[in-house]
Amino acid sequence: MIAVIVRTGFKALRRDRGAFLLAFILPIAFFSIFAVVMGGMGSSSTARVSVLVVDEDGSAVSGRLVRGLRREPSLAAATRPATKKGQPVPPDYTAASAEAAVKQGVAPAALIIPKGFGANPVAFGPGTGRKPIRILHDSSDPVAAQVVAGLLQKVVMTSLPDTMAGEGMKYFDQASGGLTPRQRQDMESNLSKFRDQMERRDQEGSAPAADGSNNAGGMVAVDMRDVVGENKRSPMVAFSAAGIGVMFLLFTASASAGSLLNEAECGALDRILSARVGMTTLLAGKMTYCTLLAFLQLTLMFLWGAAVFHLELFTHLPGFLAMTAATSFAVASFGMLLATVSRTRGQQAAISTLLILTMSAIGGSMFPRFLMPEAMKTAGLFTFNAWAIDGYTKVFWRDEPVSHLAPQVAVLIGSGMVLFLIARRFARKWEYA
Amino acid sequence: MIAVPIVGQVPDLPWAGHARYTWNFTQRFGVRSEKGILNLMAPIPLRIDSVVKRFGELTAVAGISLDVQDRMCLGLLGPNGAGKSTLIRSIAGRIRLDSGSIQVFGQPANSAAARAELGWAPQELALYPLLTGRENLEAFGQYQGLRGKALRGAIQWCLEWAALTDRADTTVKSLSGGMRRRLNMAAGLIHRPRLVLLDEPTVGVDPQARNRIFEMVEALRNEGTTVIYTTHYMEEAERLCDRIAIVDHGRVIALGSKEELVARAFGGRSDVLMRFASTVQNGAEWAASRGGTVEEGVGHFSVEQPVEIAGLLDAAARDGLEVIDVTLRRPNLESVFLQLTGRGLRQ
Repeated sequence: MIAVIVRTGFKALRRDRGAFLLAFILPIAFFSIFAVVMGGMGSSSTARVSVLVVDEDGSAVSGRLVRGLRREPSLAAATRPATKKGQPVPPDYTAASAEAAVKQGVAPAALIIPKGFGANPVAFGPGTGRKPIRILHDSSDPVAAQVVAGLLQKVVMTSLPDTMAGEGMKYFDQASGGLTPRQRQDMESNLSKFRDQMERRDQEGSAPAADGSNNAGGMVAVDMRDVVGENKRSPMVAFSAAGIGVMFLLFTASASAGSLLNEAECGALDRILSARVGMTTLLAGKMTYCTLLAFLQLTLMFLWGAAVFHLELFTHLPGFLAMTAATSFAVASFGMLLATVSRTRGQQAAISTLLILTMSAIGGSMFPRFLMPEAMKTAGLFTFNAWAIDGYTKVFWRDEPVSHLAPQVAVLIGSGMVLFLIARRFARKWEYA
Repeated sequence: MIAVPIVGQVPDLPWAGHARYTWNFTQRFGVRSEKGILNLMAPIPLRIDSVVKRFGELTAVAGISLDVQDRMCLGLLGPNGAGKSTLIRSIAGRIRLDSGSIQVFGQPANSAAARAELGWAPQELALYPLLTGRENLEAFGQYQGLRGKALRGAIQWCLEWAALTDRADTTVKSLSGGMRRRLNMAAGLIHRPRLVLLDEPTVGVDPQARNRIFEMVEALRNEGTTVIYTTHYMEEAERLCDRIAIVDHGRVIALGSKEELVARAFGGRSDVLMRFASTVQNGAEWAASRGGTVEEGVGHFSVEQPVEIAGLLDAAARDGLEVIDVTLRRPNLESVFLQLTGRGLRQ
């Protein structure tokens, strides 16, 4: 009897393509996405951290450091903007232009080597009048600044070994004064102070690169500054609202547009089309409804973010409205396409679950895209999630004007229109039997 | 063009658009008679000409031609799968024909002008289940282009016609099966069309609710609406329809009034229904040897004169068949269908 029940279950599953898809295809798709994000496809695909490098010193030492940074495989160090085809080579970044670029999201961090750095580049202890290297970073990518700060120390060790040795001898001379008892006592005293300082830092548990204070304890002094989120009250809420919001918007739009299938199944669609309503009008009406619903849903989510999580909604209203309108239109068209492509409501539910979760995973709704390998970042650009999140980031994080949203708005509206036209084409199946 | 002077006033109808259309048309082509407006050049409500519709290998409609005159109630009678619903959907402009044509008041069936004159209550409950009856009527009225006062008037008429006034604000999913059926019909007639298609409107309802639906159809007929009514219940066709088209395998196999159909199939002959005792084993063979059939233990015979019953009873007694009941009746549409196809309407 149990065998009959099992056999019946498998027969039903085999014929229910939606359930089959959810049972086998979706887990494999997700496993693959997570594996790629976590670097399972090999170290060559691991994300490199972009950093803009400004050499204000111009000394031989700073030049070697810059070259070392460019050789570092975990960094994508650039000293000037990328050259566009047919355009002259742009000038090197300055401190100001690098800061502006970080604010615009060109790179998550910029590293400024100050004038005078070459004269006194490294030290094995605090003080000593070193010129700190400045790291300007965007805390929306909290990993990048830490990686840059850590790799800077590594690069100094690997690219400036003679400087380190010289500094070590100087430090030895200063600390020991020879091998007299007094010198030995002084050296031990200084080393003890240095150890105490290291221990104190460890006990405080604060990584200098993370708290933005001077990284005076390292060989290279580092001054870190969050140039984008330093004045934000609740920096990550906009990311969450956009990421999660768009994912659920896609689900809502899919369900709302699915009412078309309900109407087709119960005959209401036939009745409507036999009245004075054409298919294009009907789809446009459904599309408008789905767009308005999505707009309300996003607005409610951001209002909640403003009320509870101090999201600065009311100071960013124009950008919010532009992005919300474009995003709502795009997800509504996605829902319409799914509804018209599917034959039954069950099929539509299965396809939409698969697509929405996949789009959300690679589009940045589940984890930030800066963690992803380049290939997956590029794949993310084929999702509404990525464009919407990028747009909301510009609005709420980078305080960019509405005009800077043109690429995101254009892509969302444009692809929405294309999807709607494709949906209209598929809807011909309902026009006449 | 015939120009006939008009005598009388614009009819006082709550639907301004409909009234205006009727008035303009009458001004150009009509005269008013004692029974109402007679349109001398008006095209007939429905003309179906050699319609063929195939779905893959299956021919659902195999060359049907029909004319339906004004104010007529035509019944499409046939078993499930006969092609009735396909024909109805074709008239409603929802099916692309393989060949042939359909005209509604002289306009192609899928034209806007035809749709304005046509009301359709599909076999399925084509309603929004989460909306109330009133909200459904409002939506379907607006889909038909009604607004404002005309829409409110139409909704009120529909609710009264369907006897749903006191349940107007109940959601569809909370209504009984019969109420949903009535609302389904009302939603198809919200724009007061002159030609109404009712596709098996009594499917799945109890006898009491069915009677209420009959009354609704009769009310429509009394108003002069032309009705096409599909059913596989011959008693419905007999009660409601002036003319009946018997449909089988996508063809009209007989057309006429009930009396005409019966007379054509049976002449002056009558049906004898002979119920056999449950112990009778060879009733079917015995009936066949005397030109009859047996359905559910009842023998059906056709006789010219009532006195022939005595002969049948004698033969049954002689052959050892116990007969427990005998009825003489005029043949009905079921008998006609049986005679024409060799099987029952509900088989």
